[in-house]
Amino acid sequence: MNNILEVNGLKKDFGSFCLDNVSFSLQEGCITGFIGINGAGKTTTIKSILGLVLKDAGSIKLFGKEISENEREMKNRIGVVLDEGYFYEDMTMMEMKRIIAASYSNWDESVFKGYISRFKLILNQKISTLSKGMRMKYSIALALSHHADLLIMDEPTSGLDPLVRNELMDILLEFMRGKGKSVFFSTHITSDLDKVADVLLLIDEGKIVFSEEKDMILDTHGLVKGDRALLNEQTRKLFLSLNETEYSFEGVTNKKTAVRQQMSGVLIERPTIEDIMLTYVGGNEDVI
Amino acid sequence: MMCMVCIKCINSYRHREGASMKIIIANVSDKPLYQQIKDQIKDAIFRSELKEGEILPSIRALANDLRVSVLTTRRVYDELQSEGFIITKAGKGSFVASENLELLQESKRHMVEVKLTDVWKTARSLKISKEELYSMMDLLFEEEDE
Repeated sequence: MNNILEVNGLKKDFGSFCLDNVSFSLQEGCITGFIGINGAGKTTTIKSILGLVLKDAGSIKLFGKEISENEREMKNRIGVVLDEGYFYEDMTMMEMKRIIAASYSNWDESVFKGYISRFKLILNQKISTLSKGMRMKYSIALALSHHADLLIMDEPTSGLDPLVRNELMDILLEFMRGKGKSVFFSTHITSDLDKVADVLLLIDEGKIVFSEEKDMILDTHGLVKGDRALLNEQTRKLFLSLNETEYSFEGVTNKKTAVRQQMSGVLIERPTIEDIMLTYVGGNEDVI
Repeated sequence: MMCMVCIKCINSYRHREGASMKIIIANVSDKPLYQQIKDQIKDAIFRSELKEGEILPSIRALANDLRVSVLTTRRVYDELQSEGFIITKAGKGSFVASENLELLQESKRHMVEVKLTDVWKTARSLKISKEELYSMMDLLFEEEDE
């Protein structure tokens, strides 16, 4: 499978926060979920890819070409949804659309109209009067109406109710049915990714922690629950994170076989992405 | 006591045409996801719910429906292909391969072995002796003869 995006040695120093040698690649045909807690570096990474933040060092290749040298061509092939709307609040959706549509060479008005009627949006409504959910739907319609191959979204689901989030996930899966399409989206609402992601990319304190197939990570890790009496010096070592209450414990392990052999009677469940994320970030203090 | 045998389904897939192939993924299972899916497709082929030449869903369609990664469904199809169960034609899709009797026979035997291993494990954990287990099996055969 081809790499649609390659980021190598990306650095950006803000003084109080820095992206430290960020390297990863996105595979074509996959939905990659970019996870991490608030302030981990997700937005800065995405903005660097889009050229909205000037990087200090590193290379960013999109579709095999350096993005900064082919900016116009590259941006025609990506659709972008950012956390804050970046729209002119006093305009109507129709007016704003005209400005955006003009900047893409392959804008498809019929696709746009299709999304607008599907989302039940009224184009002469002012952007400042839109609800959070309507804003997101409007952004999605704009991002998907120029036949982009890569959709990049920064926290598209934050602040949305579960129904709208579900609708968005269905739209993503629909988009993926097209040939050669890919999605890269950041979120701290990991349950969205349980449903749709193919690959997970975890960032913490400006560093990439891992980049892995979602199902592999969930298969190799286990959420273990059991009697606290089973914990001793040796069995503790089998866990990446551990939460203890008076009688029981709950922990995440990547040594399921050893746990099963050494700790009889424990329950081993499939972890969620949230369990995995909390295990690998911020020195895993007691979070529950 | 905690329940040790609760199977939680996260999703199931029904093949559209004919609604014959059914895949159920158990959330509390030791088997990796791709293995669960692969085994069930194989089962469907053994039981002729998926017939020779029948087209399989695309890897993306199957991944979307089962809510698993497309990389997982790709691995499933790759392995089924290398084991001779399916054939993938570029641009056309994946199809159930024509039956290879020897292969089929061996796989069927393997299926029984896997199930027997489960039975054996359960029997051991419940402290059922070898003799008892054998007599249970004898009983099953006797019932069938009647």
